[in-house]
Amino acid sequence: MDSKSSGRNSVVIGSTKLAACKVCKELVEEIKRSGFGDQDIFAIHLALEEGLVNAVKHGNGFDPDKSVQIKWEITDSKFDITIADEGEGFEPSALPDPRSDENLEKTGGRGVLLMRSYMDVVEFNDKGNRIHMVRYRGGQDGAAKPTPGD
Amino acid sequence: MDPKILVEYINNVTVVTLTDEKILEDVDIKALEESLLPLIDQNSGLHMILNFKDVKFLSSAVLGLLIRVSKKVFESDGQLRLCSIDPKIAEIFRITRLDKVFDICADVDEAAASLD
Repeated sequence: MDSKSSGRNSVVIGSTKLAACKVCKELVEEIKRSGFGDQDIFAIHLALEEGLVNAVKHGNGFDPDKSVQIKWEITDSKFDITIADEGEGFEPSALPDPRSDENLEKTGGRGVLLMRSYMDVVEFNDKGNRIHMVRYRGGQDGAAKPTPGD
Repeated sequence: MDPKILVEYINNVTVVTLTDEKILEDVDIKALEESLLPLIDQNSGLHMILNFKDVKFLSSAVLGLLIRVSKKVFESDGQLRLCSIDPKIAEIFRITRLDKVFDICADVDEAAASLD
C-alpha cells in the first residue's frame, strides 16, 4: 500500500548545471526524509545526478531557451521520476557499451549504464528526450537491466 | 577556490588524497583536474597514489577525469594506483569495468608496495 504517498510533484528548471544540482540536492533531501535506506539513497542520488546532467547538458545543450521538466512521486514502496528535456533526443540502443574493451578507456558514455544499473526501471520515450526511472525500496544494484524497446 | 586535494610525498611516491566527500559539480572536477595534471606534467615517471578515503560519492564525470589522469601518467612513463575506495564507489568501478583499467589497492601501504 502506498499510504504515505507524497503525491505527484513537478518542477521546471532552466538548462543550467546549477539548476540541475539544486533540484538534485532537494530531491535527495526529500528521499532522506522519506526514510529510504542508505543504499537506496546512494542509487537514487547517482541516477538523479546522471539523468539531470544529461538533460541540461546533452539534451538541451545548456540552451537558455529550453527547459527541463521533472515529475516525481515518493511512496511507501518506491521513488518514481520522469525527466524530460527539449532536445533532439537519442536512440538508447545505439549507445556504445562502455564496458566493451574498445570503449573501456573512453572518458564518457557511462551515465546511462549507471542509471540502468542502479534503478529498477529505466525507460525512454521513442524520441529519447524523456526518461522514466523507478527505484523500489531495497532495490538491487549492480546489473544493468534491459529496457523495453532497446 | 578551496583545496580539493592534499598532496604528500612519501619516499618517491606522490600520495594525493581527494578531500571532498562528494565530487560532482563541473567546477569540482575542473579544480581537481587543474590540480592533478600539473603534478604529472612536472614529474616524468611519477609514481602516484590517489587516495579515496574521504570520498563517499562521485558521478560518471569523475570517472572520465580519472581516465584522463591515468592516460597522462602512463604517457609520462609513470604509474598510478587508486586506494581506500568506499565499497559503494567500488561498485561503480565494478559495474563500469573500470576496476580492470585501474590498479585498485586496499590502502596507501598496499598501493605503495605495489609500485615498482
